[in-house]
Amino acid sequence: MAEFNIFEHEYVPEHYLVDREEEKAILKQLNLTKDQLPRIKKTDAAIVALETITGEIEPGRIIKIVRRSRTAGVFVAYRVVVV
Amino acid sequence: MGTRKRPAKKIKGGQKAAAPKVEVKVIEKIPKLTDMESKVLKVSQKFEKEYNFSLPVKVVQDIAKVVSQSGTKASDKLISAMVKKAYEKVEKHLVDPHESVGIVAAQSIGEPGTQMTLRTFHYAGVAEMNVTLGLPRLIEILDARRTPSTPVMTIYLKKDYSKNLEKVKEIASRIETTTLIDVCDMETDIINMKLRVKPNKEKLALKGIDREKLQKEMDRFDDCEVIDEGEDIVVNLKMGEDIKTPYRRLMVLIEQIKGLKLGGIDGIVRALIKKDADTDEYVIYTEGTNLRAVLQLPEVDVTRTTTNDVLEIYDVLGIEAARTAIIRETSKTLDEQGLNVDIRHLMLVADIMTNDGEVRAIGRHGVSGRKSSVLARAAFEITSTHLLRAGLTGDEDPLDGVAENIIVGQPVTLGTGAVHLIYKPQEKVKKGKEKKDKKEE
Repeated sequence: MAEFNIFEHEYVPEHYLVDREEEKAILKQLNLTKDQLPRIKKTDAAIVALETITGEIEPGRIIKIVRRSRTAGVFVAYRVVVV
Repeated sequence: MGTRKRPAKKIKGGQKAAAPKVEVKVIEKIPKLTDMESKVLKVSQKFEKEYNFSLPVKVVQDIAKVVSQSGTKASDKLISAMVKKAYEKVEKHLVDPHESVGIVAAQSIGEPGTQMTLRTFHYAGVAEMNVTLGLPRLIEILDARRTPSTPVMTIYLKKDYSKNLEKVKEIASRIETTTLIDVCDMETDIINMKLRVKPNKEKLALKGIDREKLQKEMDRFDDCEVIDEGEDIVVNLKMGEDIKTPYRRLMVLIEQIKGLKLGGIDGIVRALIKKDADTDEYVIYTEGTNLRAVLQLPEVDVTRTTTNDVLEIYDVLGIEAARTAIIRETSKTLDEQGLNVDIRHLMLVADIMTNDGEVRAIGRHGVSGRKSSVLARAAFEITSTHLLRAGLTGDEDPLDGVAENIIVGQPVTLGTGAVHLIYKPQEKVKKGKEKKDKKEE
C-alpha cells in the first residue's frame, strides 16, 4: 500500500520482473551480457513499487520495461537491477 | 548511493494527515492490437528470420490502417507483399553497425541550438509567470540541475473536479503556501511591546482558515502570549529577565509571525488556474514544485500531473519516468522555438543520461567525465589533471574509443574502421576462384 500508484502515471512505463529461466534467452536474443544492460537501482521508485507486488527483488534480476514509443509504437527494453 | 537526499516533506496545515492508501499494480498502457493489426503482425513474423529483425509495431499498425481504410478486401497475398516491401524499406533505414550516432545526435541538436533565443519569456497564456525557455532551459535539462531556475508544476484534476471552477479554486488555495501576512494586516506597538494582528475575514474565508487555527499557530512561540481581542489578535512579548534586548526580540518575532505557515504544500509558492481550451477543463499551474505531496491529494489526477524538475521526477517516479521527462522536456523546448529535431536524437540523449540507473548530466561531471579511457577524458576538459592522475596511478588505456585513437593517430573504431577483415587464402584454390572470408570482430 502506498499513497499513490506510480504506475498510473503516464511517464512511468510498464515494469515487469523477468523470470530467472527467461533471462538467458533474452540475453542471447540481444547478444549482450548482463553487465552491458542499462541499469536500474534497487532503490528506484519503480522497483520499490514493484516489490510490493512481487516480493523482494535482489540485485542482478532483469526488469522488462514496455514503453510506448512515438517512433516504434511499442518498445521493449530491459534493465538490470543494481545496488 | 548517490541518491539525493531531500528533507522529508510532510503535508501540514489544511491537509488531513493520513492520505488514503492505494493498491500498487502495474497498469497496461499499450493499447490492444485490433484484429487487422494482429493479422498483419502475424504475416510480418514470417519474415523475421529472412531479414533478421522484426518490424516495428508502428509500421504494422500503419499497414493495418491502410488496409482497413481502403475498404477493399485485401488478399493475404497483397498484405504479404506489403509487409515484404515494408521490411525492405525499414531495413534500408536502419542505422548501420558502428555508425557514430552520438556525434550525429550532438550535431543535430547543436546546430538548431545556435538559433535559439537566450532570453526568457513569459509563459504562454498564463500571466505573470516566468518560465525559462530556449537555450538556457535546454542546457538546464542536459546538465541535470538539482532544481530548475523556474520550477513549475502542471496539475490536472480528476474529472469530477476539473470543470467546477469553485472547487478548482478551493483546491488551488489548499496547494498554495499561505503565510500569515497573506491573510492578515499587522501593526507594531513599540511602546508597549505589542503586535496587533488584524485578520482579513474575506481572505481567511477564501483560504479556509479560521481564527482559532490562526491563534493556535501563533501560540507556538514560547516568549509571547496571544490574546484574542474580538477584532484583533494581540501578541504580547513576555518581558523576562533573560531577555536582554527586548526590541530586537520583538523585531525577530514580527518576522517569525509574518512568515508563519498556515496552510498549503511546502515548496509551492503560487498557484494559478488556467482553462485548457481544447479539453475545457481547469488546470492548475504552480510556481515551485513538490510532486510527491501533490500526487497524494485525492483530487489530483495522478496520470497526467507533472513537474518540469527532471530530478524530482526521478526521485518520485523512478528512472524510466525521468527518461520520459527528459525526452518530453527537451522536445517541448525545441518545439517552442520552432525547431525540428528528430525525436530519436533526444531519445538517445535521454538513454545515455539514464543508462546508469540515475540521472547523469552531459558534461564534465556526468557522462564525459566518467569515460573509462584516460585519453578520452583528457581530450574533453581539465586535461592536465586527468593525465597527471593517470600517470600517478599507472592507468592503462586499451584504445577502444574514438578520441584516444585520434590522439595516437590510428584509424578510429567507427564504421569500416571498427571491422577487421582477415584474408584467409584457402590451401587449395581452384584456378581463378578466390574466396574471401569476412570476419567481423
